[in-house]
Amino acid sequence: MPIQTEARRGLLAGAVCAVGLLPFSAFAQSGDTIKIGVIGEESAVAGASITKAAVMAADEINANGGVNGRKIEIITYDNHSSAADAVRAFQRAVSQDKVVAVIGSYISEVVLAIEPWSARLHMPFITPGAASNLISKAVHDDYDHYKYTFHGWLTSAFIAQAVCDYTKDEFVGLRHMTTAVVMSEDAAWTKPLDEAYLECLPKIGLKVLDHIRFNPDTSDFTPIFHQIEDAHPDVIVTGISHVGVQPTVQWHDQQVPIPMIGQSSQATTSTFWKDTNGASEGVITDTAAAPGVALTPTTVPFVTEYEKKFGVTPSYTGYATFDMVHVIAEAIERAGGATDPDKLVTALEATDHLGTMGRIQFYGRDNQFTHAMKYGPGLVTTIAIQWQDGKQICVWPHDKANGEITFPSFIKLHASAN
Amino acid sequence: MRAVQILVDGFAISSLYGLAAVGFTLIFGVSGVLNLAHGGIMVVAALVGWAAAAEFGFGTYAGTGLGILAGLATAYATYLIVVRPIQRSRAIRPEETEIFVLTGTLLWGIMIQVGMAYLFSDNPVTIRPLVAGVVNILGVRTPANEILIAVIAWSLIGLLWLLVNRTRTGKALLGASMNPRGVTLLGYELTRIYFVAWTIYGLLAGIAGVLLASFLGVSTANTGQLTASAFSIVVLGGLGSVSGSLIAAYVVGYLETMTAYLVAPTLRPIPSLILLVLVIYVRPQGLLGRR
Repeated sequence: MPIQTEARRGLLAGAVCAVGLLPFSAFAQSGDTIKIGVIGEESAVAGASITKAAVMAADEINANGGVNGRKIEIITYDNHSSAADAVRAFQRAVSQDKVVAVIGSYISEVVLAIEPWSARLHMPFITPGAASNLISKAVHDDYDHYKYTFHGWLTSAFIAQAVCDYTKDEFVGLRHMTTAVVMSEDAAWTKPLDEAYLECLPKIGLKVLDHIRFNPDTSDFTPIFHQIEDAHPDVIVTGISHVGVQPTVQWHDQQVPIPMIGQSSQATTSTFWKDTNGASEGVITDTAAAPGVALTPTTVPFVTEYEKKFGVTPSYTGYATFDMVHVIAEAIERAGGATDPDKLVTALEATDHLGTMGRIQFYGRDNQFTHAMKYGPGLVTTIAIQWQDGKQICVWPHDKANGEITFPSFIKLHASAN
Repeated sequence: MRAVQILVDGFAISSLYGLAAVGFTLIFGVSGVLNLAHGGIMVVAALVGWAAAAEFGFGTYAGTGLGILAGLATAYATYLIVVRPIQRSRAIRPEETEIFVLTGTLLWGIMIQVGMAYLFSDNPVTIRPLVAGVVNILGVRTPANEILIAVIAWSLIGLLWLLVNRTRTGKALLGASMNPRGVTLLGYELTRIYFVAWTIYGLLAGIAGVLLASFLGVSTANTGQLTASAFSIVVLGGLGSVSGSLIAAYVVGYLETMTAYLVAPTLRPIPSLILLVLVIYVRPQGLLGRR
């Protein structure tokens, strides 16, 4: 009876901890620190930035006097990219560590598993990196129940929109491309992403010749690249996050002559350059921000400090997490220091924060993406970066760009050659 | 065109499968050990090779060499820490030794996987290709590294053949696989023979690991899959038969490549697993097996 044993062990551990925590909880009630739980994916390329950036944000807030004089304390958990571990961490954060809000995970499957617990336990929860449209759809469809969940990163629909926006300017407009193949990993976040790609790519003038969804366990991408080449597209539009190293290295080693653009989440951090031994040269992805690109006054100081501290640049989840800790702190301030879940949700809904990614606001109850981060000019628009010689060069939008698109010699630009 | 692609791509991956499986079948033949930590040994070689080359700045060649040595060290550790104590244990009945070795190496493999994931995470890593660039083979753009891998694999298999058939040590190995008691009566020490077999095995598994890392990339999550593919190849070829394993490596490699090209990349491993089940039903001794 393993379940019973585990439950008994859990009870016992709970009892021991409860006794141990007695003096602390009394202390906490007197209003000392504000605890925020942060659940990250420490061993994933994109998810490893979450806890690091959260601690940096808390340090900054505390150095500036805290929230109404109270300090923020970040309690971190590693979910090992597992939904079960993440739910356990969430429960522990609520019942044992007494946090007032939780920031967690870049994996849609994990966030969708936590979301009902955020509803049941009335615990404000923000994801700084998952994308599935279903996260905010649940809030929209059953607001009273799910209102505790916020989406602190773009939904898949907006990621596809951002990719189509830069593809239109850079590849259809400037390089006269006419055809594309969509290549995405099979995951919760890419279902709405691919739907949106298939809708918006033809609208901007790119005919989709083939649509390939592959298993994230795939290790040999050779047949997939051959299949793509047989369709003779001008460009490959990707939707990859769980995978990244293998398709990128094989694209490079096999000298697949077609540019790879789209959303490649792992390529948003410099860890990826090291992991691919530089094979990411020429890869273009959508991301939150990049080193040296002053989207707002806080972007560059944050990246510089992060890189100094950890030796790598943050992935897109790093920027989002840093901003979301500030968003929570400001909401508590707006609520007059109250950390009551319902008051905090109301305060979070009034968010208007100039963060590292841009100006952050959440959609309201009437929008289909309730509590998702707003996308658009003057808000968060994301940028397109290209890996060039070990650096992330911002290539879009033009008013933010610090370089031009250039490809490795094995890339043959079909349309421009014609 | 498609046929040439399948021929070229299938050849490289099959050669690598063959290289990894030959050592696996050798230690089974010589000492009756089915090493289920096999994938773990390949993964250690790949990860250490990657870390040495990229993280610690040893460069591709020295890094690859260190990776192979790490694979060899892990093979020795497998033998000395797990296999030998079980084989020598008086508490385990002789007829049950094999099943204990099987269980012991399985658990050891999981320990390696978890330990490596802790140290290196479960992200795939790649070692820079030993040679860069591509070569055009009958219209198929093939990375030069892929050709080099096939050449290295076959050179090593050739060397192994020479060693087994042309040297005294090799003949002792062959003898031990046929009749261990007979070999000891001729004055050979079985422990020494086992040690030679594990050395060859460790080197081959280590080399296969680093080559795979430079070809497709390796992650700790692949450990089980690598063991399973070597295991299926060896069962298909006939347990203990080196040439059977080589043939089976090509059967599995080409079956997988054909499935990936002609059916769907996601279904890649399925047909060879079905074939394995059929072989177990129809011809349990495998293609060229003696047992």
